[in-house]
Amino acid sequence: MNLWNFEELHETPSQTGGPYVHIGLLPKQANIDVFEHNFGNSLITNETQGQRIRLEGRVFDGLDIPVRDVLIEIWQADANGVFPSRADTRVGKVDANFLGWGRTGADFDSGLWHFETIKPGQVPGRKGSMQAPHIALAIFARGINIGLNTRVYFDDEVDANAKDPVLNSIEWIQRRQTLIARRDERDGQAVYRFDIRVQGPNETVFFDI
Amino acid sequence: MAQVVQGAYAQRNTDDHPPAHTPGYKTSVLRSPRNALISIAQTLTEVTAPHFREDKFGPKDNDLILNCVQDGLPIGERIIIHGYVRDQFGRPVKNALLEVWQANASGRYRHPNDQYIGTLDPNFGGCGRMLTDENGLYVFRTIRPGPYPWRNRINEWRPAHIHFSVIADGWAQRLISQLYFEGDTLIDSCPILRTVPSDEQRRALIALEDKSNFIEADSRCYRFDINLRGRRSTYFENDLT
Repeated sequence: MNLWNFEELHETPSQTGGPYVHIGLLPKQANIDVFEHNFGNSLITNETQGQRIRLEGRVFDGLDIPVRDVLIEIWQADANGVFPSRADTRVGKVDANFLGWGRTGADFDSGLWHFETIKPGQVPGRKGSMQAPHIALAIFARGINIGLNTRVYFDDEVDANAKDPVLNSIEWIQRRQTLIARRDERDGQAVYRFDIRVQGPNETVFFDI
Repeated sequence: MAQVVQGAYAQRNTDDHPPAHTPGYKTSVLRSPRNALISIAQTLTEVTAPHFREDKFGPKDNDLILNCVQDGLPIGERIIIHGYVRDQFGRPVKNALLEVWQANASGRYRHPNDQYIGTLDPNFGGCGRMLTDENGLYVFRTIRPGPYPWRNRINEWRPAHIHFSVIADGWAQRLISQLYFEGDTLIDSCPILRTVPSDEQRRALIALEDKSNFIEADSRCYRFDINLRGRRSTYFENDLT
């Protein structure tokens, strides 16, 4: 401890979530029926405003093998770009039927994961800028010492993406593509595919936030 | 007079954390990015986080001794773990979601992928959750987990530990880690704990015996505080808008 400075605490260090992260964070995936209310991969109810989308993908390691024990969380604004959080001063206008947050685990066999959510609205950026619609996404797994933060953008938001301050802050222009989810339609539903490559030639951009 | 406005979370001190690539913990080699993280100026996305309402929690959610009982009490040492969640400036973090998971007294996890010979306990699930109170205090009750072997080097053993996860006021505060127990002789050689780069920070993951709070004829107690990132106070302008 410094005697010549004011005291500031060090952040508690991160450790891997380990292979059994599901027990604590998705007990039903570990076949444990313990809580009455469980967190999950659906962020919506029938009353939620906005365009329904399915966000899906896989996470690949440095050998291009699916990470089948990965845990994924997302955090996003509602259809009008407001976050259901006390820290958003516009929270009074938020869609009361939208939690904004979800969590899921990859399928133990295929490595596939998905969320049922809505397409977020645009969110203000810094200094009067506007951010393109995006979803914050974090992954935790065995072998990942500190959670990896990335963002999901949408390939049908070309104009908004071109003006997005965070995308534009990525100096390596070709790497911006790793953050763009690809739209498809399946049984009349919009499906966005977002594969994450933890390592390798097409390594996903991860952020220090 | 200038008004105090909450600004961005102070930059994360990366030296407080393990790097992504730590060859002593072999699984990290193929699961670590090779490019530098891209540092971004925080926006509303990073300074906001979900709320969790108290009415979504059950009375036994933070009682791992009772929350999965079938036909009796789980086997093992009864312990209470408590402590404060604070931000780096010492402010209490209220209403934070703390989730915990662990092996049972035999070192076995109730998980389809755990094949260790240590026995499952029919009365123990190994998971719990709670919200911090107005002072940032949390408490849960559990069975002390056992150490267990794992595949890294051929004869590798994890010290007894409890995994924990915190969701607080901002996405930038999201943290997952593990707490260990004072006096465990396996701590010094653990390749996972050794991914943390300094002695001081490794010590920050060791829960200390709290004799004053032992409950007579019932449970021992450990104290474990958690520190998260904090928001800067900016006196002149809100740098987030």
